[in-house]
Amino acid sequence: MLDSNKDNLKLEAMKRIIGMVAKGREASDLFPAVVKNVVSKNIEVKKLVYVYLVRYAEEQQDLALLSISTFQRALKDPNQLIRASALRVLSSIRVTMIVPIVMLAIKDAAADMSPYVRKTAAHAIPKLYSLDQDQKEELIQVLEKLLYDKTTLVVGSAVMAFEEVCPERIDLIHKNFRKLCSLLVDVDEWGQVVIINMLTRYARSQFTDPNLQDVDEDEESKRPFYEDENEVDEEQQEKRAPTLDPDHRLLLRSAKPLLQSRNAAVVLSVAQLYHHTAPRSEVHQVAKAMIRLLRSHREVQDIVLTSIAATATRRKVMFEPFLKSFFVRSSDATHIKLLKLEILTSLATESSVGIILRELQTYVAAHDPPFVAAAIQAIGRCASNIKEVTDTCLNGLVSLLSNKDQAVVAESVVVIKKLLQTQPSAHREIIIQMAKLVDSVTVPQARASILWLLGEYSERVPKIAPDVLRKMAKTFTSEEDIVKLQVMTLAVKLCLTNPKQTKLLCQYVLQLAKYDQNYDLRDRARFLRHIIFPADAESGGPTRLSKQAKKIFLAPKPAPVPESHFKDREQFQLGSLSHYINTKANGYQELPPFPLEAPDPKARDVETEPQVMEQAPLFTAKKVSSKKDSKFYSDTESPEDESEEDENSSDEDDDDDEEEEDSSSDKDEEEDDNEDEESSGLEEKLPKKVVKSNAKPKSDEEEEEDESDEDDSSSESVSDSDSEDESSEPSSVPKKQTRNAKPAKESTPVVKPKSNLDLLLDLDDVSPAFTPIMTPSLGGFLTPMSTPSSQVKTQLFPDIQV
Amino acid sequence: MIHSLFIINPSGDVFMEKHWKSVISRSVCDYFFDHQRKASSPEDIPPVIATPHHYLISVYRSSMFFVAVCTTEVAPLFVVEFLHRVVDTFEDYFSECTESIIKEHYVVVYELLDEMLDNGFPLATESNILKELIKPPNILRTIANTVTGKSNVSSTLPSGQLSNIPWRRTGVKYTNNEAYFDMIEEVDAIIDKSGSTVCAEIQGYIDCCIKLSGMPDLSLSFVNPRLFDDVSFHPCVRFKRWESERVLSFIPPDGNFRLMSYHIGSQSIVAIPVYVRHSLCLRESGSGGRLDITLGPKQTLGRTIENVVLEIPMPKSVLNCGLVTNQGKYTFDPVSKLLVWEVGRIDVTKLPNIRGTVTNCHFSALYF
Repeated sequence: MLDSNKDNLKLEAMKRIIGMVAKGREASDLFPAVVKNVVSKNIEVKKLVYVYLVRYAEEQQDLALLSISTFQRALKDPNQLIRASALRVLSSIRVTMIVPIVMLAIKDAAADMSPYVRKTAAHAIPKLYSLDQDQKEELIQVLEKLLYDKTTLVVGSAVMAFEEVCPERIDLIHKNFRKLCSLLVDVDEWGQVVIINMLTRYARSQFTDPNLQDVDEDEESKRPFYEDENEVDEEQQEKRAPTLDPDHRLLLRSAKPLLQSRNAAVVLSVAQLYHHTAPRSEVHQVAKAMIRLLRSHREVQDIVLTSIAATATRRKVMFEPFLKSFFVRSSDATHIKLLKLEILTSLATESSVGIILRELQTYVAAHDPPFVAAAIQAIGRCASNIKEVTDTCLNGLVSLLSNKDQAVVAESVVVIKKLLQTQPSAHREIIIQMAKLVDSVTVPQARASILWLLGEYSERVPKIAPDVLRKMAKTFTSEEDIVKLQVMTLAVKLCLTNPKQTKLLCQYVLQLAKYDQNYDLRDRARFLRHIIFPADAESGGPTRLSKQAKKIFLAPKPAPVPESHFKDREQFQLGSLSHYINTKANGYQELPPFPLEAPDPKARDVETEPQVMEQAPLFTAKKVSSKKDSKFYSDTESPEDESEEDENSSDEDDDDDEEEEDSSSDKDEEEDDNEDEESSGLEEKLPKKVVKSNAKPKSDEEEEEDESDEDDSSSESVSDSDSEDESSEPSSVPKKQTRNAKPAKESTPVVKPKSNLDLLLDLDDVSPAFTPIMTPSLGGFLTPMSTPSSQVKTQLFPDIQV
Repeated sequence: MIHSLFIINPSGDVFMEKHWKSVISRSVCDYFFDHQRKASSPEDIPPVIATPHHYLISVYRSSMFFVAVCTTEVAPLFVVEFLHRVVDTFEDYFSECTESIIKEHYVVVYELLDEMLDNGFPLATESNILKELIKPPNILRTIANTVTGKSNVSSTLPSGQLSNIPWRRTGVKYTNNEAYFDMIEEVDAIIDKSGSTVCAEIQGYIDCCIKLSGMPDLSLSFVNPRLFDDVSFHPCVRFKRWESERVLSFIPPDGNFRLMSYHIGSQSIVAIPVYVRHSLCLRESGSGGRLDITLGPKQTLGRTIENVVLEIPMPKSVLNCGLVTNQGKYTFDPVSKLLVWEVGRIDVTKLPNIRGTVTNCHFSALYF
């Protein structure tokens, strides 16, 4: 069918082949027949051939070369879609022989007029890099160019390529840092994640630790600091704030709105940015957004909870207000329940422990064995962390000992054992009660714990311990290994404290162990025997070891400290794969510690120069530039002011607008980047400004524009000049508005073409819509929610007609 | 980034695979199956599985596993979120996402996957753009295509990809311009035995169906925006405008989408519209248990409550239920042990009630 000259048949054949590929069946023997069709005119056939090629080219390198010339031709195609897809496929064919061709293609595409093609070029860079590592230097050069790109479309992919090819070349970022920050909001979601992660690393290497000053004061006691943080207040924050590098501040500020992204990955990456780089007083801002993610899919919950658990061990206060969000729901999956318990216990404080314990009590009654066990352990952790409730917890746990469920009892026994260890004060009744349980409990872990307890505190229950040992000796052979070991330990300890009653028993037990199947047991038995009954070994008197036996076996043992498993994850970047699996993943980039001395911030200033060079001739010829080189951020945006002014000047003759537009097209490029900010800025500023400029005589306007240009955020200045313009002629406001808005509109949605011709082409695409992005007339709000649909209709029509 | 994707059905067959870089043998899924065997329910499989050379990141949606294979460090949430987006896109295209649907449309699925990722990095994930690249299948078009020989792959580049509004396609035209907004609120509450609320949260969504010509720029303001202190938006919403004025200003994508979702946390007081009075005893005499549940309205501000559905996950030991309702129907699924009672409208004068016996096998102890 592939050889047929009917497209329909070919298509059908290709579809079946792709079906085979999709199901994972081998289809490589069809390669020659398929490759021929790469020249097909039918786009759909072509697409499917591409898909096939990418899958099998690696295996059939020679034949794959046949198709290369087609791609080379397609790379020159006037349609950007075709150029881009040709580059995509070409770079995806993993054939070493074509590396030079791909290199050339990438270089061309990186300078392409269409941002879509440039984006594809950025994607191609890591592909080529993984194919041939030797090309690194050359690729970095291309990448550098792409990083300079100001299109939101390209930037995300360029940074992704940067991360894969040369994450160590942090110097490439310097000049783009501010641009990346300002574009961040408009980049696509996936790009945002990559950029924020990269900038986190950048910030860690380029800025000083914002918490440096407090560290000195609070290092030795972190807890107190957190607790009175709420009172630590404005002044101290203000004192601290100025020490933050302005660029550092810029980064944090531009990332913050992304906490409201719908994409959980973006939110978490912002959270980790704050966690790793923000001053301590600001980190808590991310908590709320993280809690919101808990309503998402199970997998998202799991990953977010892991991050929260790790954060909560260090920053309790941050999540304390949200304590109730971590209460377990019966519908949660087990691993999510466990994570929630983990978080609840690490959040417990004197004030909140009451509520938590009440919850934990309910959990114990659930029917999900691992969860119940974890809940009991959680009670134990709360008890040992917070001294006030230890006794209550202990009582609660003891009451669990009479529970019907074996597993619950066993787990409680183990936990009580740990708790008693931390509390050396006498708890005789509990020990007695536990001793009674030996008869009923069957879980080996629990039996072992009871035996250990009896041995350790045998002086407190002098009557019971030997009796228990007697029982255990009887059943010794049928016990689990772990229990047998503890029986021996108990026997030895009793033998030392109460030799009269138990010496024989002890000998008996050791004798049994000597012939056990498990060599651990035999070893232990031999070892114990030589210490306790040295006479058996050699008929001399007590050796030195056996004299010390009491000290060896009955030494006071340090109590175990129940800790969160998440303590040791600090070393990894929050939210990364390595952090989740708690081992270093392939290709993980370590988060560097903050430098003590910040590297020269001037490195980031240079950014402006190349652009100024390019642009300067263009606009100085037209108008006096109001550019201020001393400002950092305005440079990218100041050309807008220029273009706006152009438009203003051409205000009188509407017909000229189009030509003006063309001539200033190069400047409009810049505008697009900030399109979103602008439009919002415009509407924010509008009401205030109108009043102001109305009051002024017309002649003042020029001055005021200049003044406003000096404003730090130039997006505002744009709106200023715009609004003044409109209000300057109150008589014909409605008409003027639309006319003024027009040029602005036309320029906004178009994406930076490189030449006038291209601009026109693109305008064709967009202008029919006349996106009323900036139209101030759109200020009308759809107020009450009750009848939104009808409101929208009426509101929209006038605009669409523009 | 994402290396390969395997789609696995509940019985453990890999019925679809897609590789964005070199081919990874499907034997890598064995590690996944190991974990699957260990887990008691599909929900319990950990989303990230580390194997010696690969990392498997999976999501479970509509009883299929989507397993992405990664070889290097990547933010796991990034992959998870992407996989969910893939499923969302399938659902958007085929109106549901099941094994048979995917098998039926494997070519479209394959093309979609190809378009969504390039070399493991997301390329186009907005449904508006994708729909321009690859037309969603429908019967009418299939017929038209076979007659005219046209394809369902578009030949032009979607202009949205090129503009600053990557979520909206251009050249939209409707004769009837309309926009619909749905507000959905979900209340999650934990209520203790005595009926008092332990914690309650509200999760709300505003879903839109917008069919407007051209490039409409909408703003939506709320009567009491202070309530929204924790919101998340579709990328089309302008953050700055929201921060300064609490007005949603946006150029909507064409068609259905979720404009915003908000969360009202456990700190604020949430009114719960219904109460449940229950008496449940699973072990009464021998193998039988008793169940008696009454529903009633609570804090409804005079509105009636409709479409009430009550779901009770029963313990594993329950074999069957013999119940009588005074209103609505009930079903019990003996496999998933889920009792579903579709109540309908709650009438204040005659409160809906369900009662009867529960049969269970008696070996393990039960706690409720």
